[in-house]
Amino acid sequence: MELGTLNMVGLGLAAIGPGVGIGLIFAALVNGIARQPEAEGRLRTTAILGFVLCEQLFVIGVALAFVLQP
Amino acid sequence: MTLAGASIRAADSPPQPGPADFNLPPIVEVAGFGITKPMVLVVLSAVIAFGVLYAMSRRAAVVPGRLQFAGEAVYGFVRNGIARENIGAPDYHRYVPYLFTIFAFVLVNNYYGMIPFFQFPTMSRIGYPLALALIAWVVYNAAGIGRHGFLGYLKLQTLPPGLPAWIVPIIVPLEFLSNILLRPLTLTLRLFATMFAGHLLLILFALGGEYLLLHSENALAIPGGILSFVMFIAISFLELLIMFLQAYVFTLLTAMYIGLALADEH
Repeated sequence: MELGTLNMVGLGLAAIGPGVGIGLIFAALVNGIARQPEAEGRLRTTAILGFVLCEQLFVIGVALAFVLQP
Repeated sequence: MTLAGASIRAADSPPQPGPADFNLPPIVEVAGFGITKPMVLVVLSAVIAFGVLYAMSRRAAVVPGRLQFAGEAVYGFVRNGIARENIGAPDYHRYVPYLFTIFAFVLVNNYYGMIPFFQFPTMSRIGYPLALALIAWVVYNAAGIGRHGFLGYLKLQTLPPGLPAWIVPIIVPLEFLSNILLRPLTLTLRLFATMFAGHLLLILFALGGEYLLLHSENALAIPGGILSFVMFIAISFLELLIMFLQAYVFTLLTAMYIGLALADEH
């Protein structure tokens, strides 16, 4: 039985970086809202933008993990 | 609708979900051209989006009814939250119809992944988001060229003001690559890969749970199967959030690119 390829291990490793990054972004968002609740709308837009750019790294990884077959 | 994916397999082998699950066999062949489920769904999505929005705006009144109120909330969200925030006051009116169309279309297509009997997010086939991203590419480049002229637009997109002269030859190709060439690619990949990965996760937990509960001899199979179905439900809720978020993000980024293309030099 084939248990998967090294691609999938690499995909797991590639998830570490964006995971840490997304955590930092939303930690900063919570911090910002706690300090200034009335700025929530603007902060959230910016946070989602940062989240998206961060997630992009992993998303490219997902695509490549399935495209680059041995 | 074809329900069978490639992973419906012999009952005694564990399921191995993969990209092959997304290659659905054609439903009918018309002159050698196979019509597949996502093709039907994408046409249907336009009909659904049109029908729902038409029903919402058909009996428009000063005091809105329930349907009209829901429609206005979504429209206001795209108009004020996305278009006005990112494009700016006088220019955004022209782009609201386009952005709203994109938002409604992507939203319906994403939620196909969750609606029973559809259960296939159209955007998990890369051709569909690619087409949307190319339209966005044409729109924001055309907006910028129309505003600044061709050379002015290239200068705006590739040459940030106030750079020391020696760094310019490095920055210009980089900015050209990221602002002109890679933007449609990242737009495509983001929508495609999140829909693809999410649907793959759902397939994995559903098929894995079924296999563990019904076909496995292992002692731990029953709790494992139950855990798998619990995870399936949890991931489904996460997917509901992500599907909305991806539609929002696609529209947001399109609006931002238009806004940046129209912006004057600082």
